[in-house]
Amino acid sequence: MPKDHGIGASTKRREDVRFLTGRGRYTDDINLPGQAHACFVRSQVAHGRLNGVNTDAAAGMPGVIRVFTAGDFERVGGLPCGWQVTDRFGAVMQEPGHPVLATGKVRHVGDPIALVVAETYDQARDAAEAVVVDIEELEPVLDMKAALAEGAPKVHDELTSNLCYDWGFVEENREAVNKAFETAHHVTTLDLVNQRLVPNAMEPRVAIGDYDFATDDSTLYTTSQNPHVIRLLMGAFVLGIPEHKLRVVAPDVGGGFGSKIFHYAEEAAVTFAARHLRRPVKWTCTRSESFVTDAQGRDHVTRIELALDAEGHFQAIRTETYANMGAYLSTFAPSIPTWLHGTLMAGNYRTPLIYVNVKAVFTNTVPVDAYRGAGRPEATFQLERVIDKAAREMGMDPVELRRKNFITQFPYATPVAVEYDTGDYNATMDKLLEIADVAGFEARLAESKARGKLRGLGVNCYIEACGIAPSHLVGQLGARAGLYESATVRVNATGGLVVMTGSHSHGQGHETSFAQVVADMIGIPDNMVEIVHGDTANTPMGMGTYGSRSLAVGGSAMVKATNKIIAKARKIAAHLMEASPEDIELKDGRFTVAGTDKSVAWGDVTLAAYVPHNYPLDEIEPGLEETAFYDPNNFTYPAGAYACEVEVDPETGKVTVERFAAADDFGNIVNPMIVDGQVHGGIAQGIGQALLETTTYDEYGQLLSGSYMDYAMPRASDVPFYAVDHSCQTPCTHNPLGVKGCGEAGAIGSPPAVVNAVVDALQRAGHSHITHIDMPLTPSRVWAAMQG
Amino acid sequence: MTRVTMTVNGKAVSGEVEGRTLLSQFLREGLGLTGTHIGCDTSQCGACVVHVNGQDVKSCTTFALECEGAEVRTIEGMANPDGSLSTIQQAFQDHHGLQCGFCTPGMVMTASALLAKNPTPSEAEIRHYLEGNICRCTGYHNIVKAILAASGQDVSHLGHGDAVAAE
Ligand code: FES
Ligand code: FES
Repeated sequence: MPKDHGIGASTKRREDVRFLTGRGRYTDDINLPGQAHACFVRSQVAHGRLNGVNTDAAAGMPGVIRVFTAGDFERVGGLPCGWQVTDRFGAVMQEPGHPVLATGKVRHVGDPIALVVAETYDQARDAAEAVVVDIEELEPVLDMKAALAEGAPKVHDELTSNLCYDWGFVEENREAVNKAFETAHHVTTLDLVNQRLVPNAMEPRVAIGDYDFATDDSTLYTTSQNPHVIRLLMGAFVLGIPEHKLRVVAPDVGGGFGSKIFHYAEEAAVTFAARHLRRPVKWTCTRSESFVTDAQGRDHVTRIELALDAEGHFQAIRTETYANMGAYLSTFAPSIPTWLHGTLMAGNYRTPLIYVNVKAVFTNTVPVDAYRGAGRPEATFQLERVIDKAAREMGMDPVELRRKNFITQFPYATPVAVEYDTGDYNATMDKLLEIADVAGFEARLAESKARGKLRGLGVNCYIEACGIAPSHLVGQLGARAGLYESATVRVNATGGLVVMTGSHSHGQGHETSFAQVVADMIGIPDNMVEIVHGDTANTPMGMGTYGSRSLAVGGSAMVKATNKIIAKARKIAAHLMEASPEDIELKDGRFTVAGTDKSVAWGDVTLAAYVPHNYPLDEIEPGLEETAFYDPNNFTYPAGAYACEVEVDPETGKVTVERFAAADDFGNIVNPMIVDGQVHGGIAQGIGQALLETTTYDEYGQLLSGSYMDYAMPRASDVPFYAVDHSCQTPCTHNPLGVKGCGEAGAIGSPPAVVNAVVDALQRAGHSHITHIDMPLTPSRVWAAMQG
Repeated sequence: MTRVTMTVNGKAVSGEVEGRTLLSQFLREGLGLTGTHIGCDTSQCGACVVHVNGQDVKSCTTFALECEGAEVRTIEGMANPDGSLSTIQQAFQDHHGLQCGFCTPGMVMTASALLAKNPTPSEAEIRHYLEGNICRCTGYHNIVKAILAASGQDVSHLGHGDAVAAE
């Protein structure tokens, strides 16, 4: 029987009613009294010396209040980078400055140069066009390998080169890995590109700065996944506003996928402008602007080599990756191709020796940072592609080759510094083969053939590290932040609860699923629990939502705080029933003295806490409110197996995804319906990467794919229904809920499945020379491969 | 500035607009109906879809002045008269057809326009009709499922038919 409430129930989302009736409150829906509007003047060239900005004409235009230029921000700090990577020689990465408005040079198309504030947005935009910018164009650096060549133009003149870092992991293994390759029975090599993607949350970014000069309080309303992080970074590092004088509100947020983690220049600029002008300043990003300002994702160029013995056992993996940082270091950019990528290179397999080399490179392009999966899709893609290629080269079945190398004993310490606590990769593979109906593939293949179509099947596995993270560990790895999470549970006198979480929900449905957890722990209806998030003024300091961490880390903090509440409530109940707290049981919202029929209701106890007439005041305080911080002692390791079936049109090269199946192990599940939805969305993004999406710059550094007319977003007709299953559950061993996280799995597991399937279709059709096609597998690329 | 008058969600409204004022701007800024969303500037995403004289249109690509005298319906006007969710809205909730909710108003308006024209669309017809609506969150599975369900078709084979109302 499926559960009908609490943990494990597919409870309908309470947030939906406001979203379905137009009553959501997104940042752009907020308009403050006296609000002025901002428009940024942005660089139209990728690289140039900024010789002057003339604002005279703009300043005199109708409605213009003020035009800010870089000089106004002289006493303001630059945007900080939150992670410092140490290179393989022991030196810290090269870290350029990142001014709020471009200073001295412009470094990518979209780099902000000036900020026009006017009475209306149209007036601000008109005036922005009248700002005259004197830029001496410089040769842009776009290709990563060219950027590292001797004598290449430098993105940042103050750095010694365009190399941010050259990272080796694990550096001590380098020689041993090289040796293993010299003696290997078989080596499979694959060169590939994991193309640059634009995250494209459907809600464009918005920032509204507000300032109350009577109290000296600043407020920023922003489309963020982590308001506390923005408050800390902007307050402490950029504007010098102490946290108690700065409030950051991230109300309903229309998707993030990573791109709304980071602290952006516009947030600091409008907060700064509001303080100067003593009135609210609002900026709403246009979609075209978001294409050249939101941090982008992926952009790796990789060679991966896999060494195998004669039976197909993996002996060693060696990779070399060039990772594009773009023009500046976005907030967490340095960590993505390193710690979130190298540590996953073992995948689901026993490989004794692994060496990962990553060269991070500055180019005159939009900064690159975390996008759904962040480093893990890049690791999974190369590994699962090279395994497929190896299977083909060695004449082995790709599923059997994977099974032969699966990790089956847990805990398992990989050679890349992480320890998987639990998993059952054969179970998810078995489940996958069942729900994908792999047994029926041959019949479907014959049917496709009869229609003149090619058909292929691709299968792969994935593992990810979620629930970032143990603070002590990430601190050693270069994080300049802790990565715990927090919750305050406030019980009201009549028994209802308000949970204030440091996590943020921007589509994940925390208001529903978090309430299910707390209600279940106490045994009361879900609707007695309210979840509050997104405002630094009424939530405890938390690190926010990304890396599939909300339930694993934020949920654990909430469980901890709720357990404190229950412990105290039990004492109150014991007092009310003149029993000892150890004898008190809590079930279905009632406290009972074990072995008796004596009981008090949850509401009686909460009332006693706030009306402490008959109350042990000498032992415990009145009231019922607790805060907890939870810092995990390991990552969580969701894993699974994915299968894709495609049809390829031999005439045009067009690929159609006919079937897609995902078998995931997320540990315990709180709301299966929400989990399914997370996987669906991830799969569509993965199919988008595999077949449609790419970010293209021309030779001058102009973004050619800068709108939805040019950037191919997956649409309803590009994807099929998906078969998803998460009944294989090996609960996480180190968090109280046993949960692992599900937000990114779909985006991590699906791109290799699609590409494996297309290569399989082409191979079956006799194109034996095709072992790889770089994503996106557009008709033209597939067609060209077939001709070769 | 020119005066424009129209009926929005059954109420007569009017306001001063510029020639360049878009219907989406008039709804959001002029009338405070912020349920209509702006997700792009090239008329591609469909977050802004409303009904004008019963036809689904992109309000970001329609001038307010073009709607002089028109009957406009927005997401705010979609619920039943008693305030409960209409069939299509309820189907989106029952089948988890939304996550962040940003594309949702446009999806609901587009879906209801489809169902008005074609009361029992096939999966392929639904996917085709949603061509102008982009969702980055749901992967479309549950949106298509919700529309099938709203049209009375069986969706039990598409996973999680067992969503439950909160207590
Ligand atoms: S805002 Fe109208 S189509 Fe995107
Ligand atoms: S629900 Fe977020 S874009 Fe569709």
